[in-house]
Amino acid sequence: MTRVYKWEVLKLLAQKRTYLGLGASMAVPLVFVIVLTIQKGGPNDIPLGRYIRQTGLATPFVVLFFMSIWAFPLITALVAGDIVAAESHNGTLKTILTRSRDRGEIFAGKVAAAFTYTVLAVFAMGVVGLVAASVAWGLHPLTSLSGSAVSTGHGIWLLFLTLLVYSWPMAGIAAFGLMLSTITRNSAASVVGTLMWALLMQLLGVLPGTEPIRPYLLGEQFQAWHGFLRTPADWVPVVRALWVCALYVAIPLFAGYLVFLRRDVAGE
Amino acid sequence: MSDAPPIEARGLVKRYGELTAVDRVELTVERGDVFGYLGPNGAGKTTSLRMMLGLIAPTEGRVRLFGLDPHEVGARALDGVAGFVEGPRFYPYLSGRKNLRLLADLDGGVAASRIEEVLDVVELRDRGKDRVGGYSHGMRQRLGIAASLLREPRLLLLDEPTTGLDPAGMRDMRELVKRLSADGITILLSSHILAEVEELCNRVAIIRRGSIIYEGTLGELLQSGGGDYRLRTTDQERARAVLLAHGVQGADLVDGELRFRADAAEVEAISIALGRAGVGISALVPHTATLEELFLGMTEQAA
Repeated sequence: MTRVYKWEVLKLLAQKRTYLGLGASMAVPLVFVIVLTIQKGGPNDIPLGRYIRQTGLATPFVVLFFMSIWAFPLITALVAGDIVAAESHNGTLKTILTRSRDRGEIFAGKVAAAFTYTVLAVFAMGVVGLVAASVAWGLHPLTSLSGSAVSTGHGIWLLFLTLLVYSWPMAGIAAFGLMLSTITRNSAASVVGTLMWALLMQLLGVLPGTEPIRPYLLGEQFQAWHGFLRTPADWVPVVRALWVCALYVAIPLFAGYLVFLRRDVAGE
Repeated sequence: MSDAPPIEARGLVKRYGELTAVDRVELTVERGDVFGYLGPNGAGKTTSLRMMLGLIAPTEGRVRLFGLDPHEVGARALDGVAGFVEGPRFYPYLSGRKNLRLLADLDGGVAASRIEEVLDVVELRDRGKDRVGGYSHGMRQRLGIAASLLREPRLLLLDEPTTGLDPAGMRDMRELVKRLSADGITILLSSHILAEVEELCNRVAIIRRGSIIYEGTLGELLQSGGGDYRLRTTDQERARAVLLAHGVQGADLVDGELRFRADAAEVEAISIALGRAGVGISALVPHTATLEELFLGMTEQAA
């Protein structure tokens, strides 16, 4: 499985779309910081938005909010929606399936590579946002969502945990993209379908009457990190995000796996 | 090492809805064979090969490679087996050498020298560092052979390996197949290029509309097309009457020559009778049907 994973990552590294996605996730916080240094005012109605110019630590948290709506789902879908479909379309799937690896291993390698890219995109945004904003406004203690001061070192640790927890619903989107990629064998349809699905999750979260199911919608899990920035830390949304996202990851992956295992690999 | 034949297909069926692409195919490829799998386009050759390589599941029946069914045991059934279906496919954004490294790694890894060795065999060593996206069709075909050789196969399945190649490329590919066969590799060669099959194969199967209509040695197949004669005489009408008098059925006059079927003893008797009847023989030529004639006869007759 390690070798399959290694080559899946190397294949991603050789493709433009990988750099397009990673580049976008780094460009968004950079543009955000540049715009805010030029303009007055800021995203005051966003959690931590009012502290944006107090410390560079606030920026990655604020950008996470904006990017969860469609930018990160699109960045994730670019690779997850393509990773099986492109091989199917180019005929390389049959090349690798006639070597000494079972289909399960190949699928697992692709899943691991897509998740790696997703986590990398989230962390790339976090690091670039932190560095760019620190250059613009300095690296100072952060004011938590409860209004208490968080030291710089602890703030960076919380940012790390936040990016980690934020990656989990992103993995749910990646899993859905992988499933579509496997089932449709069509890269464009999978990318668009994944994005539509992510937007639908967001939409359901704001529709009236959906209050009872909101805590279990994927879009809601993008806010789980708020728990880290409360004093004391509120673990309820974090723990819920862990198991809810596990379902959003497991179900499409299992469906995709079954299709990948049994499907006929013929000419496209 | 298993004593089972390299390929053994029994009652192999593949249906796509109403369409039966492969219909109860029975096939045995023995060790050392260069086995020609012949058929017109759409006859079911590629579908059969896909089932052999485990890419698609049979609707009915089974196929075993060295005794193992790829649909039962997965990739383990492909140990010692290599090849490609519908032309080899590679990652266009990776170099030829990197593509081979990738495939070698999926096989468990081989020494870097082995990759250079197979690139040498297919004369691609100088272009190994270039992206496959820039390769010609012929170079990709050769890289496909190199990728197969990496596995040090005992069985090679090649689906129309010379399709799309220029004459020099076709010649080189045939030479390569001959060399590999001489090295003891069993080869199944799917093709509709009959001259190629005639040149390379010792055994053949002919498939039409999904069903095998002939399986045997190439020699036997060609022999079955013997016993035909072409006759030119000074008086074709009288000659025809002599032939009919000797019990020859269907002595047809085609393009000024009489075409008939007879055994050697009958031909001797006929030539004497023609002389006695005062009919001069200009030419009496045995005619052995070519593989093409036999193939077309079989496939078109079955239509």
